[in-house]
Amino acid sequence: MNNTEWPLWEVFIRSRQGLNHKHVGSLHAADQDMAIENARDVYTRRQEGVSIWVVESKHIVASDPAQGDSLFEPAANKIYRHPTFYQLPDAIKHM
Amino acid sequence: MKELDFETDFQNKIDSEIKIEPKDWMPESYRKTLIRQISQHAHSEIVGMLPEGNWITRAPSLKRKAILLAKVQDEAGHGLYLYSAAETLGISRDQMVSDLHSGKAKYSSIFNYPATSWADMGAVGWLVDGAAIMNQVALCRASYGPYARAMVRICKEESFHQRQGYDIMMKLCAGTAEQKQMAQDALNRWWWPSLMMFGPNDENSPNSAQSMKWRIKRFSNDDLRQKFVDATVEQAEILGIKIPDDNLKWNETKKGYDFSEIDWTEFNQVVAGNGPCNKQRLKARVDAWDKGAWVREAALAYAEKKAVAIKEKAVA
Ligand SMILES: [Fe+2]
Ligand SMILES: [Fe+2]
Repeated sequence: MNNTEWPLWEVFIRSRQGLNHKHVGSLHAADQDMAIENARDVYTRRQEGVSIWVVESKHIVASDPAQGDSLFEPAANKIYRHPTFYQLPDAIKHM
Repeated sequence: MKELDFETDFQNKIDSEIKIEPKDWMPESYRKTLIRQISQHAHSEIVGMLPEGNWITRAPSLKRKAILLAKVQDEAGHGLYLYSAAETLGISRDQMVSDLHSGKAKYSSIFNYPATSWADMGAVGWLVDGAAIMNQVALCRASYGPYARAMVRICKEESFHQRQGYDIMMKLCAGTAEQKQMAQDALNRWWWPSLMMFGPNDENSPNSAQSMKWRIKRFSNDDLRQKFVDATVEQAEILGIKIPDDNLKWNETKKGYDFSEIDWTEFNQVVAGNGPCNKQRLKARVDAWDKGAWVREAALAYAEKKAVAIKEKAVA
C-alpha cells in the first residue's frame, strides 16, 4: 500500500437558512474543491443542507477533555449570571 | 488518576448513558473492539454494493434503475460515515482498506452470496436491509458518540432501502405465475443467509457479554433474530409467498415464532472464506483499489501543485 492517503476534512452543514453550520462528520479529499463536492454527495443526498463548510482536520484545535473540569470551572460558581438568581417582588408580573 | 480509577470512571459514564467521545480516556480493549466492529461494518456497506451494483444496468425500467442507483449510492455513504467514525479511534483509512484486502478484516457473510435474478434485488432490500435495520436501530444508542451518530444517519436512510425491496417483491408477486415464482425462489435463497446475519447463537457468542457491558451491543444475536422473524412472517404472507421453513409456527407461550435451527456448517464455511462469492467479492474490491491508484495519486499531485501556485501568488 503506497502512502497517498488524501487529507481528512471536517464537514459542517447549514441545514436551513437562519441556522448555524453544524458538524456532521468527516471525509477524505485531495483538495478543498473536492472536499466540498464529496461533502455534498456524502452528507446532503436528501437536501440536508443549503451551505457547506469544510476545514482540514489538522487545523482544528480542540480543548483537552482531561482538563475539562478546570477549563470550565470558573463558570460554575457564578449563578448570578442567570436571571433566576434574582428575587422579584410578587407585584412584578413580567421582567 | 490511576488506571483503575480511569476504568471505573469510564464504566460509570457508560452506565449512566453518557457518550464516550474520541479524545476521552477509554480502555485499549474498548478502542480495539470498536475499531474491529466499526470497520467491519464499514466494509460490509462497501462490499454490499457489489451484488446490487451488478443489477444497475439490467434493472427492468428507468424508474427501478434510478431507485437502485440511489440505494447503492446510500450504501457507499454508509461505508464512508462508518470509516470516518472508525478513524476517530486512531486507525487510518488506508490501514482499514489494507486489512480488508489482506483478509484480516471481515465483512458481513451475506454479501458472499450471488444475486442471480432481478427478484434478488427485491429480496435483498426486503430481507438483508431489513435484518441490518434490526441491528442498526439498536446501535443508534451505542456508547461511542461518533459511532452512534453515524448509525442515526444510516437508520434514517435504511427504511427506504427495505421498502424499495419490498416494492419489487410486491410487483413480482402481483405479476405472472412465473414472476411470482421468481420472488419465491429469491426468498428461498435469501431467507437462511439473512437469519445468519445476526451471528452465532447466544451460547456461542463469547464476546457478547463484554460488548453489552460497554453498550456497543444492545440486544443478543438470538433476540434480534427472533424480532426479525416475527416481523417478517406477516410480510411474506401478504406477498403470498412461503418462508422456506416447515417448522415455522407461532408459539403462543413466547409470543413469537418457532423456527428451525440454522445450518451453522454453512455459516462457518462462508465466514471461513468458502462461500459462493468470497473470492469474487474481494477481487472486485482489490481491483477497484489498484485500478484507482493513478487517480488518487494524480488528484493529490494536482492539489499539491495548486497549493504551491497559491502560495507563490501570495508571496508575489
Ligand atoms: Fe447500509
Ligand atoms: Fe441499506
